[in-house]
Amino acid sequence: MAKLNLLLLLVLVVCALGLVTSQHKARKLFSELERAQGRAHELDVEYGKLQLEASTWALHARIERVATGTLGMRTPDARQVRVVGVAGAR
Amino acid sequence: MSAAAPALVRLPVWRARFVMAGLVAAFFVLAARSLYLQAMQTQFLQEKGEARYSRVLEVPGTRGRVLDRNGEALAISTPVQSVWAIPGDVQATPAQARKLAALLGADARELRRKFEDTSRDFIYLKRQIAPEAAEQVALLGLEGIYQHREYRRYYPGGEVTAHVVGFTGVDEAGQEGVELAFESHLGGTPGSRRVIKDRRGRVVEDVESIRAAQDGRDLQLSIDAKIQSLAYAALKGAVAAHKARAGALVAIDVRTGEVLALANVPSFNPNNRAQLSGAQLRNRAVTDVFEPGSTLKPFTVALALESGRVSPSSLVHIGSGGLRIANYTIQDPHAQTVLSVAQVIQKSSNVGAARIALALRREDLWRLFDRAGFGAAPQIGFPGEASGRLRPAGSWRPIEQATMAYGHGISVSLLQLARAYTMFARDGELVPATLLKSNAPAPGTRVISAQTARQVRAMLELAVQPGGTAPRARIMGWRVAGKTGTAHKQENGGYAEDKYIASFVGLAPASAPRLVVAVMIDEPANGQYFGGVVAAPVFAEVARGALRALGVPYDAPLEPVPLPGAGDEAREST
Repeated sequence: MAKLNLLLLLVLVVCALGLVTSQHKARKLFSELERAQGRAHELDVEYGKLQLEASTWALHARIERVATGTLGMRTPDARQVRVVGVAGAR
Repeated sequence: MSAAAPALVRLPVWRARFVMAGLVAAFFVLAARSLYLQAMQTQFLQEKGEARYSRVLEVPGTRGRVLDRNGEALAISTPVQSVWAIPGDVQATPAQARKLAALLGADARELRRKFEDTSRDFIYLKRQIAPEAAEQVALLGLEGIYQHREYRRYYPGGEVTAHVVGFTGVDEAGQEGVELAFESHLGGTPGSRRVIKDRRGRVVEDVESIRAAQDGRDLQLSIDAKIQSLAYAALKGAVAAHKARAGALVAIDVRTGEVLALANVPSFNPNNRAQLSGAQLRNRAVTDVFEPGSTLKPFTVALALESGRVSPSSLVHIGSGGLRIANYTIQDPHAQTVLSVAQVIQKSSNVGAARIALALRREDLWRLFDRAGFGAAPQIGFPGEASGRLRPAGSWRPIEQATMAYGHGISVSLLQLARAYTMFARDGELVPATLLKSNAPAPGTRVISAQTARQVRAMLELAVQPGGTAPRARIMGWRVAGKTGTAHKQENGGYAEDKYIASFVGLAPASAPRLVVAVMIDEPANGQYFGGVVAAPVFAEVARGALRALGVPYDAPLEPVPLPGAGDEAREST
């Protein structure tokens, strides 16, 4: 009887320690997840900002100004444009 | 004296029983109390206990982006910080307060007054400041001053796309345009989750997700940012050159019914809405109606052709003294006394159109206008779409039947007008307009026969040739077709003598139309007011750029289009 009790006690202690460790691991993993999620969000925000910046630089009015002003480009005359048909396309 | 054994004192039995009973009673009290706490108050107590360590966190759902048809961003949300304070807790030296005020761009005295007002627990000091400024505020380390993250909407397209995209309020709810119309699609719903925090406020465990945050979905519009920008620039130029009050433009892809451009002047900058007037906010192309004038003549003629009463070469007697109905005379400035049906369109003769209309049944005319979409909202999902006014045929008097033939006594929005013209572009089929990108050609509903549509298109092509009303609508490389409109403005129940609405609706290329562009200029006041002079050049500019952008093959010889000289243009009747 006493032997069995001792054995059960031992099992109990092992289980309890296991619970503590797994709980600790879970918490560590969770805080890691939290950090990763935060990072993902930050990157998302950064992406939005970059997209905003890109579309500000790519404003059609600005492109036109740079093309005609700084680069001296102009729209080609329709006569200088050759339209190439693709078989199957209309 | 011998030590006598102490006499056994016999205590009365009741004393022991008394103590026993007392102990038992105390035990019962304890048991009852624990029963009460465990069974009846357990929920309340558990809540109280959890409140010490568990917190409910709000998880924001971000609003979806608005994109143009090629994926260019038209509206994006980015996080900003809002600074708030608990006035009673704020401890700041005057120097710190001044520094804070400078960072927030606020008045230092105003700020101090806010801090002294301890009757409130929560005040916003400044909403939506840039993250960099927010960081500096945090570095001041002031007590009682907190920040939280909010999202702010930015519109890279600025005034060019302002009316289509609309804008949101400070809390990111759509207020105008697409932002309002597609609120349920774009808007995210914030979620919340319960967490356990440790002593230092770090989240150590996610207990449960109460509600998952839903991010809003992106929305891809049919708008082409390139064509839109071109349209806005052309329209703005024309409105300025003709000192007009306002202008609007709609461009529709004929095959899919997609709205490629929708521009209004005057416009506003949606990123800075400090001083807005109602005139700037109005999306005229969709929400305003006007009497279209001569741009409606092709519909009258189409119905006459459809009924078999006339052919394009049938002659219509114009006369020289105008057409008298009841006690009203319809005037015509043209010299010819006889015009063919095709010339009625080409030269935009009011008397001719009225004579053709009077030969038709008014119910038939009403049915055609109705099926062309006039008098009913176009249902593109936009807030405040105007349905225009088309009175039931039973109430038309003969004079009204005659004036309706050239677009008076009926009112339409520019969007309705552009969509109605798709029936000439698609060989008789009207296509439903949409603001959302669709990849497949849209099925249309047949309104007139393909033959009639082609005949009308040929007449519309005549109208932009020399001798027509709009030779300025031509472009090099593509054949175009279209109709001008010059209408007196309605004012106080009558027509204003010197105020006009100049319009032009055109299709291109005429051989296999791909594009319908409708232009409306409100009150041109720089001497010129004819649709062919004021609105047609805007069409030409936009169509030229749009056809190139869409990669539409040329269908006309590549010769420069001569600008019309004096007398080349037919004078339009108004």
